[in-house]
Amino acid sequence: MNILVCISNVPDTTSKINFVENDSKFDSHGVQYIINPNDEFGLTKAVWMKESNGANVTVLTVGDQSAETILRKCLAIGADKAIRIDCNANDAYSVAKEIESHCQTTSYDLIICGRESIDYNGALVPGLLAGFLDYNFITNCVSLEIKNSKATCAREISGGTEISECQIPLVIGSQKGLVEEKDLIIPNMRGIMMARQKPLEVIQAKNINAKISDRKFHKPEAKSEVKLIKPDELDKLIDLLENEAKVI
Amino acid sequence: MGVLVYIESEDNKFKKTSYEALSYGKALADKMNVKVSGVVFNCSETDSLKNYGVDKIITINDSDYKEFSSKKYSHALSQVIKSENSSDVILSSSANSKFLGAHLSGIIDASYASNVVELPESLNPFVVKRTCFTNKAFSSTEMFGELRIISVSSNSFGMIENLSDSTVESYNVDKIESNQKIIKLEKETGSVTIADADIVVSAGRGLKGPENWGMIETLAETLGAATACSKPVSDMGWRPHSEHVGQTGKPVSSNLYIAIGISGAIQHLAGINSSKVKVVINNDPEAPFFKAADYGVVGDAFQVVPALIEKLKARQ
Ligand SMILES: Cc1cc2nc3c(=O)[nH]c(=O)nc-3n(C[C@H](O)[C@H](O)[C@H](O)COP(=O)(O)OP(=O)(O)OC[C@H]3O[C@@H](n4cnc5c(N)ncnc54)[C@H](O)[C@@H]3O)c2cc1C
Ligand SMILES: Nc1ncnc2c1ncn2[C@@H]1O[C@H](COP(=O)(O)O)[C@@H](O)[C@H]1O
Repeated sequence: MNILVCISNVPDTTSKINFVENDSKFDSHGVQYIINPNDEFGLTKAVWMKESNGANVTVLTVGDQSAETILRKCLAIGADKAIRIDCNANDAYSVAKEIESHCQTTSYDLIICGRESIDYNGALVPGLLAGFLDYNFITNCVSLEIKNSKATCAREISGGTEISECQIPLVIGSQKGLVEEKDLIIPNMRGIMMARQKPLEVIQAKNINAKISDRKFHKPEAKSEVKLIKPDELDKLIDLLENEAKVI
Repeated sequence: MGVLVYIESEDNKFKKTSYEALSYGKALADKMNVKVSGVVFNCSETDSLKNYGVDKIITINDSDYKEFSSKKYSHALSQVIKSENSSDVILSSSANSKFLGAHLSGIIDASYASNVVELPESLNPFVVKRTCFTNKAFSSTEMFGELRIISVSSNSFGMIENLSDSTVESYNVDKIESNQKIIKLEKETGSVTIADADIVVSAGRGLKGPENWGMIETLAETLGAATACSKPVSDMGWRPHSEHVGQTGKPVSSNLYIAIGISGAIQHLAGINSSKVKVVINNDPEAPFFKAADYGVVGDAFQVVPALIEKLKARQ
């Protein structure tokens, strides 16, 4: 089985979010980049599938050279091969189109994306990709099993879980639960050494036009000071919620 | 030209988020000087939609669409979009709508902006405001092309009543084959889900152990609220994953968020920032959460929460 894991390179969750160039660009100065957490669950799942059924795991990112650091990390976690499609990731549409075009040359049985990226939060790439390729699609995926060519997946829905079956090829949007937090693979020395020998291929981009573009970023307005209520004056809190905030 | 709203329903009932999406669709249609239609799958009680300004209700009544399927629903919607000659498709931010939105935009090659919080600031160019960086920022986003999909962030636009004379039309869909089938649905009944809740009561590691969640559930029940938790709480298995909120968990955009024994780490705040009013109960006056809160009680949760429940019950 051929598995593709799409990796988004995102600012570390503790990063200060600031903008430059007249608030039109994210300020990446001093920002540490990480594998998008939702993708990390998917990658660990793919490596498990490789260990249990001998699947082939390719990781792919659409981005500039700076994204190679996290691709090496993915190789150290256990992917067999990494691909970088060389361009700036401008929007989800162009990213999904670039990935689609790679999937026309190499076919995959399973494409794992994260449910959403934690930077632009579009939750778009996996669905677009499934739409373009006409693959089956399950997002918010919390369990996955593939036998022969039949996939059984669980999807988190509002207030519960939905279990469905379908044929591969399949695109999933992964999230916590597909793999538990404590089971995430952390690269060890051997993995890091091995990663150096593994192929990291750079593919030329098709340079597809974006469908949306961030013109200007704004930060939320500063909050006013918190109103403190003494623990023995809870009636006051209820009164404020009822009459001032009008939320109960 | 026209605006089309996908109106989600469950068990023959519309969700609040659907009325919100429709309110947005109506306001957008007015701004563009066009009509607004709504698509409804297998729901017979469409009268309530007239309160939110819909001009035409398109109903698809077909047992093949009994259960939600992103692929089937997307294909059905793409046909309606064509026959209605829609320029803008409005969705809510429910899990199913977001699932469908991305799929649909891949099928019809539309531009798509999610987490949109306001009407477009201009129509030409078409620019909408949406949240990004997990609610740490907003972006004014330009959408290109003649066909757009907009998913409206929950609780941002609100429900706006707007009585209309609407027509109802049924629509026959050209079906597509799908080898995907649902084999089981596991749903908790009775409890309020985070996505639909006006009020969310959330607790963290300050509660010490899963055995102490009784009072959290009682408080939630008293307020008609959903329960949620911080990440370590779900990682340790004290509460189910589905309750984990924050940057790497579920987003919360309720009217009221009550955080009990949660320190207010940046990753937690990212997920709940867009909630309107925040109340924090924590015994450490230095807890960072107080900086993000509207109202705060510095005190021991094990005393404050039971007292609060008692007072709320007495009030009812
Ligand atoms: C990559 C990454 C992603 C993350 N994503 C998320 C996320 O999505 N969501 C999330 O929540 N976290 C996330 N975190 C974790 C986050 O950094 C914090 O560790 C976490 O939010 C802390 O949870 P907590 O507030 O419950 O626990 P703690 O930080 O331990 O805080 C407990 C609080 O309870 C208070 N307390 C103790 N006893 C009492 C009492 N008797 N009465 C009242 N108050 C009491 C304490 O004063 C303290 O403020 C992430 C971390 C990383 C590295
Ligand atoms: N630049 C990118 N390169 C590769 N995969 C990406 C990229 N951006 C997003 N993805 C994938 O798509 C998922 C959802 O991203 P988004 O649509 O941005 O929320 C991510 O979790 C990744 O798996």
